[in-house]
Amino acid sequence: MARITLDHIRHAYGEKPKSEADYSLKEVHHEWNDGGAYALLGPSGCGKTTLLNIISGLLQPSEGRILFDGKDVTYLSTQQRNIAQVFQFPVIYDTMTVYDNLAFPLRNRGVAEPEVDRRVREILEMIDLSSWAKKTARGLTADQKQKISLGRGLVRNDVNAILFDEPLTVIDPHMKWVLRSQLKKLHRQFGFTMVYVTHDQTEALTFADKVVVMYDGQIVQIGTPAELFEKPKHTFVGYFIGSPGMNVLPASIDGSSIRIGEQTLDLDYKPQVAVGAKTELGIRPEFISLSRDGMPVSISKVEDIGRQKIVRAEFAGKPIAIVVPEDGEIPADPRVTFDPAAINIYADSWRVGREG
Amino acid sequence: MNKTWNNKAWFMVLPVLLLVAFSAVIPLMTVVNYSVQDTFGNNQFFWNGVGWFSDVLESDRFWQALGRNLLFSGIILAIEIPLGILIALNMPKKGLGVPFCLVLMALPLLIPWNVVGTIWQVFGRVDIGLLGRTLDALGISYNYVNNVFDAWMTLIVMDVWHWTSLVVLLCYAGLVSIPEAYYQAAKIDGASRWAVFRYIQLPKMKRVLLIAFLLRFMDSFMIYTEPFVITGGGPGNSTTFLSIDLVKMAIGQFDLGPAAAMSIIYFLIILLLSWIFYTVMTSSDEQA
Repeated sequence: MARITLDHIRHAYGEKPKSEADYSLKEVHHEWNDGGAYALLGPSGCGKTTLLNIISGLLQPSEGRILFDGKDVTYLSTQQRNIAQVFQFPVIYDTMTVYDNLAFPLRNRGVAEPEVDRRVREILEMIDLSSWAKKTARGLTADQKQKISLGRGLVRNDVNAILFDEPLTVIDPHMKWVLRSQLKKLHRQFGFTMVYVTHDQTEALTFADKVVVMYDGQIVQIGTPAELFEKPKHTFVGYFIGSPGMNVLPASIDGSSIRIGEQTLDLDYKPQVAVGAKTELGIRPEFISLSRDGMPVSISKVEDIGRQKIVRAEFAGKPIAIVVPEDGEIPADPRVTFDPAAINIYADSWRVGREG
Repeated sequence: MNKTWNNKAWFMVLPVLLLVAFSAVIPLMTVVNYSVQDTFGNNQFFWNGVGWFSDVLESDRFWQALGRNLLFSGIILAIEIPLGILIALNMPKKGLGVPFCLVLMALPLLIPWNVVGTIWQVFGRVDIGLLGRTLDALGISYNYVNNVFDAWMTLIVMDVWHWTSLVVLLCYAGLVSIPEAYYQAAKIDGASRWAVFRYIQLPKMKRVLLIAFLLRFMDSFMIYTEPFVITGGGPGNSTTFLSIDLVKMAIGQFDLGPAAAMSIIYFLIILLLSWIFYTVMTSSDEQA
């Protein structure tokens, strides 16, 4: 178990990167606490897997250093770093039995056989495959195979960190839930540092203490699920987290008042926005209330998704989404009010805080 | 759902049926026909039952030729399969080396059998051949015309040169189909080079290896052109394989009956051995 420090890491797949755009991973400078559960969240191709492979040592960063507990491991191999990693698609050694699959990483490291047996049995119990121990791994279903991949990561109890690269992609939805709960339980039990890559926000938000949102090769925000929801640092985080995503409307700022189209809103602070920056207002659909007072909107569609309704409407010429409780009424002459505390102001896509 | 029945559809299979009939069934039946009849000329045949078959099976000549075939196939499989795997493992996986290696590997496969025979016949000649002269100059006595061991060596080296590429190409196809994640997982599990080969590469190559093994077995068991061109079955009968003996019997001596019986036995041996190999090599799949 270790604290992982990423010291000004950059990575480009091509040789001799010339411009910023050549980097698949733009500068990352960050520290992962020992024993933390982190999720790397972002769309496909945003550099999450690149970052993960740099941590595990499958990839050498073009620039920067990686430290485990303050010790430089940048040029150490995966094996020397003592990392476990679980991949998107189950990797099993299909000529071996389930038992031998789990014993493989231990035997390769010369662990004594009684110790191997003790740990493998423990893991078999944990992943609920004890009755399969003597069977060849080939005949298993996809989620059983992935459990073995997970098990091979967990069987070594001295690892510095366990990295998961979208490990539940091939698993059935109901099994996903079960496996995720098991992982959480394991994390609490053993206190590994865990890094979990996913593009599924539910997975990230339920698994991790801290979620790292990546976009276009850079980390745009690191925070608890609540922070990501309430104060998205970047408009991308607003779109990406939450369903439906945050409404982002072009706005202009004059002191503490904001103009959106014909409408003017007043804030209780003065956002500091540089001259010429693209200014936007972001508000989550949950914080817009639909009633007979406020600013006019025209409703185009109502989607009933069970416990709540999503109202698609047009506000100041822009489409917005509003979440209305299941029993909430939709007035004939609809008007909206924005919860002032939930308004975020963005300059060039980055959040301008109340603070400064 | 209503199915439309139209028996005219059977006409669609007619061309294939005719093709197979003329190319395989009819020639095979002619051979069967000869194998159970005898003739004294004038196109008059009479029934001979299994006479020719027992003649063939009782002759030393047949068993010796069969022994040579088995020895030859055994030796070249023992060389070509491991060598093919070894070369495939060391071939580049990406970059400019890939097309270069592939073309280089495919080259021997493009040369017709009799040309291969001729190349090695000339190459190995003691008077003008590069190989023959070189070995001679090095003080190694080499002459495939009158030395049994040299004749066999020449045939084996030639076959390895000609056909190892096939094994290489098949194994390479198996290797490149292994997802990168397997190698990454193996690194993380701390697997040695040998363990990667034993538990990842070999299992993934198993199917193509089976095909390579069967193709090389069947093909080497039927070898004819090369020994015919290089040694003509000699020195003595030392490189007279079943196929060469068969041709001697059928065309040289014009013994159509025994030759036909031998053809059928030969065919059944290949069929039987291929079936055994296939069953043995795929049996582990069904246990899972």
